[in-house]
Amino acid sequence: MAGQPTNVRGTPVRSADLKKGRVFTTTYVPRIQYAWDTGQAIGRYLEELKNGRLIARRCNNCQRIMIPPRMFCERCFGPTHAWVVVKDTGTVNTFSLSYVSWDVRRLKKPEIPAVIEIDGASKGMGILHVLGNVSPKAVRIGMKVRAVWKPAQQRTGSITDIAYFEPIKGKAPAAKRTAKKPFKAKAKKSKSRKRR
Amino acid sequence: MRRVAVVGAGMTKFIHRALETPKELSWLAAKAALDSAEMKLDQVDCVVEGTAPDAFDGVHMNGEYLSDGCGAWKKPYLRCYVGGGTGVYALAQGWFHIASGLFDTALVVCEEKMSTCLPHPQAAFLTIFDNITEQPLKPNLLWIFALEMNRYMSVHGYSVEDIAKVSVKNKRNALGHPSAQLGAELTVKDVLASEIMAWPVHRLMVSPTSDGAAAVLLASEEVAKRVTNKPVWVQGVGWCLDSAYWTNRDLYYPDYVEKAAWMAYRMAGIREPRKEINLAEPYDPFAYKELHHLEGLQLAPKGQAPRLLADGVFDRDGDLPTCPSGGLLGVGNPIAAAGMMKLCELFWQLRGEAGPRQVPGRPRRGVAQAWGDLMQVGTVVVMGVN
Amino acid sequence: MNGRVGIIGIGYTAAQPTTPYSSFKELMFEAAQRAYFDAGIDAAEVESFVTCAEDLNTGLSIFDEYTPDQLGAVQKPMHTLTQDGLHGIADAVMQIKSGLVEVVAVEAHSKASNILTPDWILDYAVDPIFNRPLGFNPHALAGLEMNLFLHETGITPQQVSQVAAKNRTNALRNPLAAYPARLTADDTAAGPYAHYPLRETEMAQTADGCVVVVLASDDKARAAASQPLWVRGIGFANDSPTLESRDWVHAEYTRIAAQMAYRMAGITNPAREIDFFEVDDTYAYKELQHLIALGLYPNRPGEAGRALEQGLTRPDGKTPVNVSGGCLGLGWTLEASGLYRIVELVLQLRGQAGPRQLPGAKMGLAQSWRGVPTTSGAVAILSSEQKPWE
Repeated sequence: MAGQPTNVRGTPVRSADLKKGRVFTTTYVPRIQYAWDTGQAIGRYLEELKNGRLIARRCNNCQRIMIPPRMFCERCFGPTHAWVVVKDTGTVNTFSLSYVSWDVRRLKKPEIPAVIEIDGASKGMGILHVLGNVSPKAVRIGMKVRAVWKPAQQRTGSITDIAYFEPIKGKAPAAKRTAKKPFKAKAKKSKSRKRR
Repeated sequence: MRRVAVVGAGMTKFIHRALETPKELSWLAAKAALDSAEMKLDQVDCVVEGTAPDAFDGVHMNGEYLSDGCGAWKKPYLRCYVGGGTGVYALAQGWFHIASGLFDTALVVCEEKMSTCLPHPQAAFLTIFDNITEQPLKPNLLWIFALEMNRYMSVHGYSVEDIAKVSVKNKRNALGHPSAQLGAELTVKDVLASEIMAWPVHRLMVSPTSDGAAAVLLASEEVAKRVTNKPVWVQGVGWCLDSAYWTNRDLYYPDYVEKAAWMAYRMAGIREPRKEINLAEPYDPFAYKELHHLEGLQLAPKGQAPRLLADGVFDRDGDLPTCPSGGLLGVGNPIAAAGMMKLCELFWQLRGEAGPRQVPGRPRRGVAQAWGDLMQVGTVVVMGVN
Repeated sequence: MNGRVGIIGIGYTAAQPTTPYSSFKELMFEAAQRAYFDAGIDAAEVESFVTCAEDLNTGLSIFDEYTPDQLGAVQKPMHTLTQDGLHGIADAVMQIKSGLVEVVAVEAHSKASNILTPDWILDYAVDPIFNRPLGFNPHALAGLEMNLFLHETGITPQQVSQVAAKNRTNALRNPLAAYPARLTADDTAAGPYAHYPLRETEMAQTADGCVVVVLASDDKARAAASQPLWVRGIGFANDSPTLESRDWVHAEYTRIAAQMAYRMAGITNPAREIDFFEVDDTYAYKELQHLIALGLYPNRPGEAGRALEQGLTRPDGKTPVNVSGGCLGLGWTLEASGLYRIVELVLQLRGQAGPRQLPGAKMGLAQSWRGVPTTSGAVAILSSEQKPWE
């Protein structure tokens, strides 16, 4: 028996068909613009980035210090209570070496996105940023890093006011190497389970 | 609770670029599902549609645009949405349309035409990141997968090679699927030799962008028993959304998948998922995700999925076949339609109609799962023969 | 049907032309807190959440990512509908009737002020192959429809202007309204044409705002802190999205949705059985078209215009329509429009509508349309009384 699905339809178009105009297309470039209200929490966050520091919000109920800041605590479902200036240093929670740009251009030198747990915020509170001034091969989970700020006059109140995070020298990670040797499989395959 | 069955399923080919418009793809899948149940559109009470970001099809209010293609002309129609989790969630949505007693039949259609978006569909993903705190960093979708995969590997101490085996299995399984875009016979070496996209993710560990659609037809018990002698019952549905602050969560384990799974298992009366489920279609847009999700689904102990994979447990003739369809890695990934494809696969497998892909031993119960947003959504459906 | 469904709490912010001091998350948090407080429950007691949002209206793809935290929905069942708030109410009713959950929160909001190019976004909703290349402003579709609608029904342009004047004036008594104004039909008829025969003064202006509605099963609703309002009927439907093959005169989507809701509620004569109506008036003529589709003038559609002239749809008339001010007076809050109508129904039925309170209102109807170029609508009927036979 051939098996389902049968009679599957759909007509592939090859790149050559497009290039040579063998199929018709219409093109449209959307003209869409927004000016998003940043509100209280993120508005202040951006303002402090411009001042060269990171700020978080504390919930007095669960005692968490949260970054990025928010005016509500998603765990307690109540308002957060206070602003807390946190450090601009932290620990790499995870990272990647990305050889592809956001619009899928191939990169020779990888971008190094990372989640960085910020010192002074509660454990596990990280932000997304990129690492710089480091050899891709040297990046490790658990590595201590610090923010490299743009000069004050170039800051605009954006997450990119931090140019990147760089390793803090002399603070090599205690953590083990990230990539392990492949785990060795058992030689024998388990038998198929019989079903009733 | 009112019982609900799947009585028909159908899908298009999954292809890199389809000549058909989004509406036409939707219609092809909807028609195939109706035909498979030998039913007509006027026997359909309501239509549920699932499609991921409007940015792909290039249409604002895309659900409205697609509605007649899905067969919703002059019918009650909802478009539901949980990012990548939409394909599996849509069936849950259809389930409560019928279980509520408001409708007796529901056509559930999922469509995605990613190729419309230029210069590359991935660019549309920039707009899923936080508009203020993340988009200025110019992130791409590969970043979050690579970040999560790295976390998963390092917490449990696995290598890229351990993960690459998922690609080998799923692309091989896809060789038996008539809709498949990327079926292939590969070795782990081939996967590791493919270019690095965003370490630790290699090209052959990523599902492709695709155009395609898939659909199922749901019916109340009364209607189901009238139209088919092989209904497949929806035994459980579950869905769960975690915090948007993904950089504040430990990515090594998907709590939200676990919660969604238990919601569905409770409804299905499942206490020991590993013993009571015969096959699984976990969401595998990237190779590690299948393993990550099998752990969330309670089908492998935390951190043990790669071991079970290496032992052959998840092979088509293994103890617990996973992604016998070929998954997103093999069949293709038109976002919402890919999740729906997994439900179609359960339907065919549980009816014993999967032909060369059929898992041995007459499976009686299967689970499908999808995932989406910023590593945030778990959607789970359990289906069975009784 | 297995069981009744009641609305046990509402929370909302005022509709405003702009809301520069709050992010959308902060607006949602405010409305959610109010709703749970009104219902007398903790966020933790809500079992499932629904948001109604369109990606392009929020400016974020896969917008449902950003919904859970400020609603108390983290690690809970939550999903989004890319439709009006009334579709969200229908969704919640089905979830509860299925027996899956007992308490559901439905949210919708608008940050329309953040959209710098609203007409271009609407253009992006028009069929990309057949219609978009023609290059017309999508609001012109309302002009096309209005022209044929007036031609076929005999309703006059003056009557349409009167709708706009009535609703803007009604909004004077609604503290939630963004665009209240004391206007006469002469004032609105003096507005310039936007898309002939549609005048600028007959088109709703967008507003920001957020509404959260909490629904519950029969048992939970009876135990609620506030007076529950019962969802007696719900309906939703689409006509053809294709411009070339749709019905331009009759709002078929509303007719079908209304029939579904009437059937469920056991209503045979809506004009007599329902005390007041909150219907879509994104464009002034739409109020009349929707009232006709709701079956209020079964014999002659032209009566819709005459009833208006006779003041029957004014707050002191026999069938008050858009006492809240409607989209024209309150503001067009995109996906939240339907939920603002629910807010009006709940306030009226609880007797909390202040200076615009309708005496003795026991049953109200809300109807939504998703705007051009769609043919998507929904209807909800609420009552302070349960069905006698239930």
